[in-house]
Amino acid sequence: MNRNGYGETGWSIGRIWAMLLRYLYLLRSSWPRSLELIYWPTLQMLIWGFMSQFLYVNSNYVFRAFGVLLAAVMLWDVLFRGQLGLSISFLEEMWARNLGHLFVTPLRPYEWVASLLAMSLIRVLIGMVPAALLAIVLYHYSIFSLGLPLIAFFAVLLVMGWALGLAICGMILRHGMGAESLAWLAVFTLSPISAVYYPVSILPGWLQYVAWMLPSTYVFEGMRTLLFQKVFRGDYLLTATALDIVLLVLGTGVFFLAFRGARQRGALLQMGE
Amino acid sequence: MLAPAIEVKQLIKRYPTAAAVDGISFAVARGVIAALLGGNGAGKTTTLSILLGLLLPTAGTVRVLGEDILRHRYRVLPRMNFSSPFVDLPHRLTVRQNLLIYARLYGLRHRRERIEALASDLQIGAFLDRPAGKLSAGQKTRVALAKSLLNEPELLLLDEPTASLDPDTGDWVRSYLETWQARTRATILMASHNMAEVERMCSDVLMMKTGKIVDRGSPKALISRYGRANLEEVFLHIVRKPEPELEPVS
Repeated sequence: MNRNGYGETGWSIGRIWAMLLRYLYLLRSSWPRSLELIYWPTLQMLIWGFMSQFLYVNSNYVFRAFGVLLAAVMLWDVLFRGQLGLSISFLEEMWARNLGHLFVTPLRPYEWVASLLAMSLIRVLIGMVPAALLAIVLYHYSIFSLGLPLIAFFAVLLVMGWALGLAICGMILRHGMGAESLAWLAVFTLSPISAVYYPVSILPGWLQYVAWMLPSTYVFEGMRTLLFQKVFRGDYLLTATALDIVLLVLGTGVFFLAFRGARQRGALLQMGE
Repeated sequence: MLAPAIEVKQLIKRYPTAAAVDGISFAVARGVIAALLGGNGAGKTTTLSILLGLLLPTAGTVRVLGEDILRHRYRVLPRMNFSSPFVDLPHRLTVRQNLLIYARLYGLRHRRERIEALASDLQIGAFLDRPAGKLSAGQKTRVALAKSLLNEPELLLLDEPTASLDPDTGDWVRSYLETWQARTRATILMASHNMAEVERMCSDVLMMKTGKIVDRGSPKALISRYGRANLEEVFLHIVRKPEPELEPVS
């Protein structure tokens, strides 16, 4: 132990909390940024809510389950915001050129990652909860009516978002701020093949194979099965969880390899805008 | 007997195109103020980065406060700190928020009291609640110093501590550091281009050129060895001298 009472311990909740506090201070310091967290999910929900009302009287698909599009858009936002929430907190350090300060303290990279994950969850909840409540008021549709499976869907998509976010942060560490746009763009590549708004059977045969390799596809297919047939597909959940674990291991691996590479290149002190 | 504050042996940092540090060995005793002196690209910042564990060397051993920094980095990081005017604290947070976060990262127990004490010492109390990005260069330097002294480091690494400061503020910072070091008996290693500063503050100077230590001694000893009037003339002599005429020292 040193004179501050600090030994060479592993995890420290205190350090994770310190980093989380930093991101909360950042969020609080700019009301437009805080508002933006709520703005996009709410706007999306409004558009798809009106679309659902229109299709409810014009489409047998939506008539069978009014919430199918609204639930899809809100769950998609869990994946998107989960990834973006992690990447944005990471980018805050890059924009501030703060890595040099952070990593001369006893902060471990994995503690930093833990704080990024926690902040991602907070950002998702700040964005999703108002949108979900507004959907109840405006369209009399509650995503909470999905019941316990909602928790499973939420967890699978959030973890997938984290895995993608970690891999993207790794790419930014490796290739510098030129790769910054990946944080906004990469996840949308998966949107068409995740079968968010339509069944996976619509996709061309070869693309269906790709789709079934994504945890998100199982969530959206599972959600439709639950809404249309009132059946919860436990096998979908198990497969999605297994794929999530694979993606998380890969994402974490990419991140930590890139972090080590940054230490080898001396990029921690120089990296930033 | 305590190990030296810093002990470096055959340290090499090689990049694909060049060697930034080329087989240097040196030790810095505890309780002294030492300087790494050299022109741009001499390897000073690279050496500091390796000592901080921010950069992995290609070869060599580095012991800081008796610990192998490459193997037991987290044993020693709580006992050291770093300040550089080229790496600002995050701009959007207030000074107090920044300091509170770093105090937490160092696991300090009486954070608010420590920040208040440093704020009083370093005269930053008036702008503790101002965003760090809205401070003048002199204010930023004092805030960066406050951050680097939060954990009462036994070893303080400084990169150009008074760069871009007016003479008055620069003198204030130098005096503060001298007083602080005399009180705490901590070790300071600074990289600097300011010869007058090094001459005034440091008892041990390591002259670097193209990744090697080409001479070493107290400012007085170096000035006398080269027969010059001051350290700046010694520096210019070494920097401008063709390389084969300088023998690396260890």
